[in-house]
Amino acid sequence: MHIVVCIKQVPDSAQIRVHPVTNTIMRQGVPTIINPYDLFALEEALRLKERFGATVTVLTMGPPTAADSLRKALTFGADRAVLLTDRYFAGSDTLATSFALSMALRKIAADFGAPEIIFTGKQTIDGDTAQVGPGIAKRLDYNQLTYVSRIVETDLDAGTIRVERRAEGGIQVLQTRLPVLVTMLEATNEMRRGSIENALIAARAPVVTWNATDVGIEDLTKCGLRGSPTIVKKVFAPTARTEKAVIVDADGSADAKAQALVEAIFARAPTVEHELNEQAAHHYV
Amino acid sequence: MAEEKKPAPPAAGGRANTKKELPEHFKAYKHVWVAVEIEHGQVHPVSYELLGEGRKLADKRGVELAAVVMGDDRASLEDAAVACFEYGADCVYLAQDPALAHYRNETATRVLTDIVNTYKPEILLLGATNLGRDLAGSVATTLLTGLTADCTELAIDEEGSLAATRPTFGGSLLCTIFTLNFRPQMATVRPRVLAMPEREAGRTGRIVEFAPGLVEDDIVTKVLDFIADRDSDKAQLPYADIVVAGGLGLGSAENFQLIRELAGVLGAEYGGSRPLVQKGWITSDRQIGQTGKTIRPKLYIAAGISGAIQHRVGVEGADVIVAINTDPNAPIFEFAHLGIVADAVTLLPALSQAFARRLRVNRLAS
Repeated sequence: MHIVVCIKQVPDSAQIRVHPVTNTIMRQGVPTIINPYDLFALEEALRLKERFGATVTVLTMGPPTAADSLRKALTFGADRAVLLTDRYFAGSDTLATSFALSMALRKIAADFGAPEIIFTGKQTIDGDTAQVGPGIAKRLDYNQLTYVSRIVETDLDAGTIRVERRAEGGIQVLQTRLPVLVTMLEATNEMRRGSIENALIAARAPVVTWNATDVGIEDLTKCGLRGSPTIVKKVFAPTARTEKAVIVDADGSADAKAQALVEAIFARAPTVEHELNEQAAHHYV
Repeated sequence: MAEEKKPAPPAAGGRANTKKELPEHFKAYKHVWVAVEIEHGQVHPVSYELLGEGRKLADKRGVELAAVVMGDDRASLEDAAVACFEYGADCVYLAQDPALAHYRNETATRVLTDIVNTYKPEILLLGATNLGRDLAGSVATTLLTGLTADCTELAIDEEGSLAATRPTFGGSLLCTIFTLNFRPQMATVRPRVLAMPEREAGRTGRIVEFAPGLVEDDIVTKVLDFIADRDSDKAQLPYADIVVAGGLGLGSAENFQLIRELAGVLGAEYGGSRPLVQKGWITSDRQIGQTGKTIRPKLYIAAGISGAIQHRVGVEGADVIVAINTDPNAPIFEFAHLGIVADAVTLLPALSQAFARRLRVNRLAS
């Protein structure tokens, strides 16, 4: 069994700072991490590895420094790391990204065996689109299972997989045929700690590095900015509201402040007070 | 994954075509569409919110607004069509097939793609729900067109293109994205980002039947079961009238109890900012903000939340925003309506008591 986990190296977004004057992102010194949502996918893959003796390949597309995240994944127990990197990929939107990754996945299938399962996280914390997973599935004609909260059963002999999927208002239990692309929901498992043994292996492990030509991309206009149907025309900071908050100024105790705030709230939102009274009347009649 | 575009194109790969030069075969694409989300016979309210916005876009373009409804049950599809007309649609594409009984990516992608290829809309909008995001990504990839996720604002620019604005860089900035030379221009919007339009009773339109021609035996994914959530299990944040939320200013997970107490007094839903989910103080279904739930309550009380942009875009639709923060320079005071400079941990218990007292006095007086 072969499993591929697609991960992304992202800035630790809690620490992103915007330059107050130029409104540009201050990238210097911002630490990078494996997209946290991808760790649930990686952990699920490692559990299947333990169960079925699968081989786990981690794949990322990004700058050469993204190899750091791949090595991190190896310390958790992944077997092989593939980095797809090329200046022609710069500025890719989700459609161009899913194209490049699907080409890398075709080469992974050719060189190392076709994966029965491709995992991704449900989305990234920097782009938040959740579009690349479905894009890869469509391009490779894999069955698509998104927002999976639990893998109930994987039957390699029958070539089927059964999962629970988070849907609106409930959980869908779905069964489909392998191969599949699964996007894992967050908080569905707990990431293991990397072992020292694996860390030592990872430090020396080669990261397979491919560029656009290596994965068989002949038409470079399908890559990067040129291969992206979406165009970002403007990046800007939101304008402040013209009126700022009315500050409730009350001296003294917390009680006095709370009292003043309640009065200010209900003066501003009288219908809310009215409705609360109505609800209370219903409750206590 | 790599969905963020840099504002300036890199030297490598050549400059993208940022001018509008729509190829001839896309010029027949006309009209604004909303793919309506129906599960278990119920239309998700986000579909009506999109129809309200779609109506404005269609009027600006001087074109029709259409809704696509897909399902198996005739009665609920017709009910949905009536509702779509009353919320602003001129036309409903109705696809009825036993294989569309439950949402499946495989069937929905095929049918929606077929209808798009047949009737050629220039704009296609979906809700940014699990269903909508699952479907939109597949349809956009099949059609090889642009898709902008989780928009906070939609507009038509002077050239007649869809201008889709969304937060970027983890919610630190906003960006406006266009799909100039491909059709349809696709976008998703989260529930409650757009206002619910007025329903105009008796407004009608025309129904176009579309025969999906699905064969169940050819569909490999099967829905074995649906386990409905118990109401009490799930936070109902997006459609709550009053919401109370806490942030890191609470100082500890234990202090989050103060938020729950105030919510209890007000019969409100409660939630928190993104760092609280990361710290494990609250579950992710209670996260408020761009990457969590967008809310539009009549009253929103934010205690110890600084007000990062990604939080702001999730709460801006609230009628009245009240901020409690020790830092008078916190960004939340830039978009709150009412504010008080105070420590949430000491103020919240007093606030719960003051509300309880006020409501008790009202009750005795009435």
